[in-house]
Amino acid sequence: MENTVEIDWQKMDEIIDKYQSNREALLMIMQDISDIYNYVPPEVIPVLIQKLNVPESLIYGVATFYKTISLEPRGKYIVSVCTGTACHVRGADKIMDALEERLAIKEGQTTDDLLFTLEGVRCIGCCASGPVLNVNQETHGGLDRTSAVKTVDSYS
Amino acid sequence: MTTLENREALRSIRSSFEARLRDSKKKLISLCAGSGCGAYGTAKVYDTLMEQLAEHNLENEVEVKLSGCHGFCEKGPIMVIHPEGIFYPQLKEKHIPDIVENTIKNGDLVKKLIFKDPATKKKITYEKDVPFYKLQQRVIFGNNGIIDPTRIEDYFSVGGYAALEKALFDMSPKEIIDEVKKSGLRGRGGGGFPAGRKWETCAKHHGDRYVICNADEGDPGAYMDRSLLEGNPHSVLEGMIVGAIAVGSNEGYVYVRHEYPLAVTNFSQALESARKYGLLGKNILGTGFDFDIHISRGGGAFVCGESTALMASLEGKPGRPRAKYIHTVEKGFRNNPSMLNNVETWANVPVIINKGSEWYASIGTEGSKGTKIFSLVGKVMNTGLVEVPMGTTLRTIIFDIGGGILKKKKFKAVQTGGPSGGCIPEEFLDLGVDFDELTKVGSMMGSGGMIVMDQDTCMVDVARYFIEFLQDESCGQCNPCREGLKQMLDVLTRICHGHGREGDLELLEELSDMVANASLCGLGTSAPNPVMSNIRYFREEYETHIRDKKCPAGVCKPLFFYEIDQELCTGCTLCAKRCPEEIISGEQKAPHQLEQDKCIKCGICYEACMFDAVVVK
Repeated sequence: MENTVEIDWQKMDEIIDKYQSNREALLMIMQDISDIYNYVPPEVIPVLIQKLNVPESLIYGVATFYKTISLEPRGKYIVSVCTGTACHVRGADKIMDALEERLAIKEGQTTDDLLFTLEGVRCIGCCASGPVLNVNQETHGGLDRTSAVKTVDSYS
Repeated sequence: MTTLENREALRSIRSSFEARLRDSKKKLISLCAGSGCGAYGTAKVYDTLMEQLAEHNLENEVEVKLSGCHGFCEKGPIMVIHPEGIFYPQLKEKHIPDIVENTIKNGDLVKKLIFKDPATKKKITYEKDVPFYKLQQRVIFGNNGIIDPTRIEDYFSVGGYAALEKALFDMSPKEIIDEVKKSGLRGRGGGGFPAGRKWETCAKHHGDRYVICNADEGDPGAYMDRSLLEGNPHSVLEGMIVGAIAVGSNEGYVYVRHEYPLAVTNFSQALESARKYGLLGKNILGTGFDFDIHISRGGGAFVCGESTALMASLEGKPGRPRAKYIHTVEKGFRNNPSMLNNVETWANVPVIINKGSEWYASIGTEGSKGTKIFSLVGKVMNTGLVEVPMGTTLRTIIFDIGGGILKKKKFKAVQTGGPSGGCIPEEFLDLGVDFDELTKVGSMMGSGGMIVMDQDTCMVDVARYFIEFLQDESCGQCNPCREGLKQMLDVLTRICHGHGREGDLELLEELSDMVANASLCGLGTSAPNPVMSNIRYFREEYETHIRDKKCPAGVCKPLFFYEIDQELCTGCTLCAKRCPEEIISGEQKAPHQLEQDKCIKCGICYEACMFDAVVVK
């Protein structure tokens, strides 16, 4: 996928300064960067190496270990279908099927227009309202196939 | 807001807010803003409520509180109107004008909005009479519905920070530890290790001691920690400060999941206000004691709930566990003594200090004291968070509080303990739930998830689901867990796909034994639990999958098909209208037909049929 993001370097400095260039905050710094671009653009990695004084291997190690970090561009809207146990027994896989069909992508993929990324997530802690999904940080509960598709459609 | 410089200042501010709550003549509308209700649209309801109140010039007559989670999440968004305690569930914006006009202005009930108990069909007006709440004992969770979690003053008004005061001024660190020991409090995060003993060991070791709160609630199906952090963050914070006094720590950490943004916001706000009042920071209440807390956000890795992995993650590394030859109470975070407890455990601490260990230990069973919050979810009528004394039977929780199984279906099992737990069948419904009893029947307490399963849940699929989860979450360091779980998943998947072979069950048992005994950390050693308990109680269902190539629950797609029972079908046409493939046909009021070869087994007709005429074959 073509990478076209403009990095706001001033913002990047602000994020790193917020954590006082603390190497222990590496994961949180990458999460804050992800909150802006929905992924960690490769251009920022040399800056992290220098400012946090960490080896490149650690950055890749952390980025690939944790699910919330992606090194690949993701959609503007991240649709996370909860696949926790409570949602699973209430039919989360049916919601996932319906959305895969609607967005014409598979779980883990991003639409070509970079609008949606479809993900399965292990429990978002709204178990009583299952099946649920998150679009970015908004939670929608009590879904079935139809309402799930409608919810996602409302973002496009 | 001024810094409280001594004990008297804290006392006077607390009693002034306590009095304000007690003497308030205003009506109080408490609207649940927890994540569950939020998912059903609290924000819109709140906006409409404020607009309506303004329109009727009632803004100054009524106090509106966006409270934490009330627990009855199934029925969200929930509103309770005090002092009467009128309970309005499942609200939408359109209901608000009626409530403001009738209940708030004229004191009349809005009949159509009153809660109807799904089990008895009776209308229930007051929150205290709702069976879901009536049978609970809400020691830890009770204040959630009364306070606004973003206001420390609300926490003062329910007696907040009295335990901190007592711990700082009236007790020695040793007395605090003894009190926690005597209370019998066991860790609420999974293992159930006696908290007092952990504290005592930590205090003995030298170094910069750390107090850590595990809020990486990873067990799918459990969300009480989220609701506590979101709904009553100061109770957790107070517990941590007391813990710090007990072991002599000056720095604490809360490790919270990135998936819980509201918990992060509310807890950060709690820290901020506690600092402003001088309850955190340097020289707390003039005693010379320094303590502060940082928040660290996790990255969505289940294994980080394990103590050593969590501490690696706190240090900014990948969260890989290590062998525990040396425990984290001796060398944990930054190689220093670290005292890790989970959210609910910390929230129990102020209660123990305030009411005393004797009172606390009078609740519960011989080996498990106090109450426990369970997240009652799955195929049960009233889902939500339930706090009951340890030892309450599964039957009381699922049938009396939970109202029984959805759609009058048959109870099959209840899964407890998350991915490390097991499924408990009907014969154990009268089991009193505590740490030891659950272990005896092959499951465990875990963090308190209780996922109810009915006749439509396939136990083989459930086992496959958990093993898939765990092999995905395995950090990959040790062979038994990384390779063993992969092999178990392969076997379970082939059984679900109809390619099960004779000897597969024995193979699963052998693999389970290996993974459980040879893995490095708790994730691996407990991973086979869902499979083992499942085979133990539902062996027949596995055999049906393997020998007859049938899935009686109608979950494993290659192993069943839907058929319309020609005798039962009334020809209502509902299934034909809903079928996405348009393959159900028939005249109105005449039995319908379904074209087997084109059916995608989506189950929509099965769920839609009101006459049980669509059957699983």
